[in-house]
Amino acid sequence: MATTTKPVRERLDPDAAIAYKQYLRQMLLIRHFEEKAGEAYSLGKIGGFCHLYIGQEAVAVGAISALRPDDYVTSAYREHGQALVRGMTSRAVMAELFGKATGCSHGKGGSMHLFDASLGFLGGHGIVGSHIPIAAGAAFAIKYRGGDQVSVCFFGEAAANIGAFHETLNMASLWELPAIFICENNGYGMGTAVARASAVRNLAVRGSAYDMPAEEVDGQDVLVVREAMDRAVERARKESQPTLLEIRTYRYVGHSMSDAAHGTYRTKDEVEEYRRRDPIKVLAERMRSAGALDDAGWDALDAEVKAEVEDAYAFAESSPDPDPSELHTNVYAGPAGATPETGGPG
Amino acid sequence: MALLTYRDALNQALREEMQRDDRVFLMGEEVAEYDGAYKVSRGLLKEFGPKRIVDTPIAELGFTGIGVGAAMVGLRPVIEMMTWNFALLAIDEIVNGAAKIRYMSGGQLSCPIVFRGPGGSALQLGAQHSQAFESWYAHIPGLKVLAPGTPADAKGLLKSAIRDDDPVVFIEGEMLYNTKGEVPEGEYLTPIGRAEIKRPGSDVTLVCHGKTVSVALKAAEQLSAEGVAAEVVDLRSIRPLDTETILTSVGKTNRCVIVEEGWPFAGVGAQVVDVIQRDAFDALDAPVLRVTNADVPMPYNKHLEKAAKADAGKVVEAARRVLYLRQPKAD
Repeated sequence: MATTTKPVRERLDPDAAIAYKQYLRQMLLIRHFEEKAGEAYSLGKIGGFCHLYIGQEAVAVGAISALRPDDYVTSAYREHGQALVRGMTSRAVMAELFGKATGCSHGKGGSMHLFDASLGFLGGHGIVGSHIPIAAGAAFAIKYRGGDQVSVCFFGEAAANIGAFHETLNMASLWELPAIFICENNGYGMGTAVARASAVRNLAVRGSAYDMPAEEVDGQDVLVVREAMDRAVERARKESQPTLLEIRTYRYVGHSMSDAAHGTYRTKDEVEEYRRRDPIKVLAERMRSAGALDDAGWDALDAEVKAEVEDAYAFAESSPDPDPSELHTNVYAGPAGATPETGGPG
Repeated sequence: MALLTYRDALNQALREEMQRDDRVFLMGEEVAEYDGAYKVSRGLLKEFGPKRIVDTPIAELGFTGIGVGAAMVGLRPVIEMMTWNFALLAIDEIVNGAAKIRYMSGGQLSCPIVFRGPGGSALQLGAQHSQAFESWYAHIPGLKVLAPGTPADAKGLLKSAIRDDDPVVFIEGEMLYNTKGEVPEGEYLTPIGRAEIKRPGSDVTLVCHGKTVSVALKAAEQLSAEGVAAEVVDLRSIRPLDTETILTSVGKTNRCVIVEEGWPFAGVGAQVVDVIQRDAFDALDAPVLRVTNADVPMPYNKHLEKAAKADAGKVVEAARRVLYLRQPKAD
């Protein structure tokens, strides 16, 4: 696995400079958004479980930037970053974390269940691995309709141990579905290290069991992620063939808000070690050395992103709760969508 | 009217809906080249091809989830469970997935999908192949649960289920596939959420669904010989439940026996009892009784199996009790 930063000796061409700046902005947005979400959680403004993406930003940005607007994205419960990169506004995501009516799922989903049908963002799923076949189902529908979209599924490395992963990869390969399975290997399934949960350390090898092309990818370098994703997208779109990408990354924070960043199952030194190859820093340094970013540019970008997050926070805080009548809507189809008479009280 | 088997009625429903809507496809184990484990999909591969009649590996969790995903983006999958016993491997996708997508997404996405296959017990298939799971799925908001007991209802309800915009759990009777019944000619839909009086009567209400419709009808016939007019209410739809038809019937007969293939604890009948005690309390002349399968895993031995199953004799006995009639002396 290539772990060194790609040397960039010449100046960036204008298109690359624009793309890099966009990647940097998106990664920085996720970072500040998640920091703010953590703060709001501590203040009791966000409830339930809340899983932050800090440290893994390059995966969402590198992967989703390779997609078309009509492609599908499905994720698990650490999905705030993917939702933002896919095009949900900071306001809609933050308001959902706050459980407000203005949230992307109108306050009925929460942190783990972000949805936006207009962006092909199919959730936000809270049961480890359960969404892997769902993403393959979207790929099945693409092929059924004869389209050239692709369906991308993000999941953690711990999900690569459950049956749904194996059953789905088998069928996706057998049926040649235009699906891309992105295994975000951040080293730990909750507090269990990969080495304690998986018989193989290199999860990409599992692709070979299903005759599926697979790659191991440096997830701290957004450009490397993007290049690997471009290959997978090409294969899916042009040849209707699935790909497994194991993207090596790291979360700096605990599994969820109730889990300390270090101390139980990993050391502070380990976290510090990974922070040295921070995905934002890696890209920013490359841009600086190519003359595409200076201090003023960084400061302006940082301020712009922070202002966006502050605006999202204020928006979420001032937004109304869902109307109490919404309790019973959207259970079933129909104008009201309420539960049909079941004979039960209330 | 044409005389059709329950199997062929289901086959007609699938064929007609697939002809009508090219978003509809059938997926499951042995549905295509084998023509269906119970031959419900006979001839469909030939007519619609492998794109729409899809054989799967034995991977219930995986292909059920694939169906859910396909439904979320606009197709209308029919997922065949070879039997509902095997669907336990897939229940996460049904309960955590299909049932909740609309709600969790704040109404943005829907999941129009049918999960169908045989449920209940057949003959001497043992503990793992003889289970009725209607009450499990009926417990879940977001799902609809149907259990037809006749060929006509099997066809009309399956067509309605496929056209429905919500996930439908469609539980067929494993012992019903060969049974014959009158089926209307031409296009018709049986409405979801409507029970049907399968036999009118004024002395006692027998509530049933799925395979126990024939059990209740047989019991009603026996009771008739004793001068008791039993009214047979076939629920057809467990969720939504047609409380109006139940209450109207009990309001007339003042007595009720509920028969089902499931186990007694928290079964479908328990829900029906709740409706009756709350909304027809004053109409009752006797406690409502339930006839269920015995509260044990199904035994293999045929005598033990018979003893475990709800049957017409047990329904007749319960009916006599709610009517305060003397039971005939045992031989």
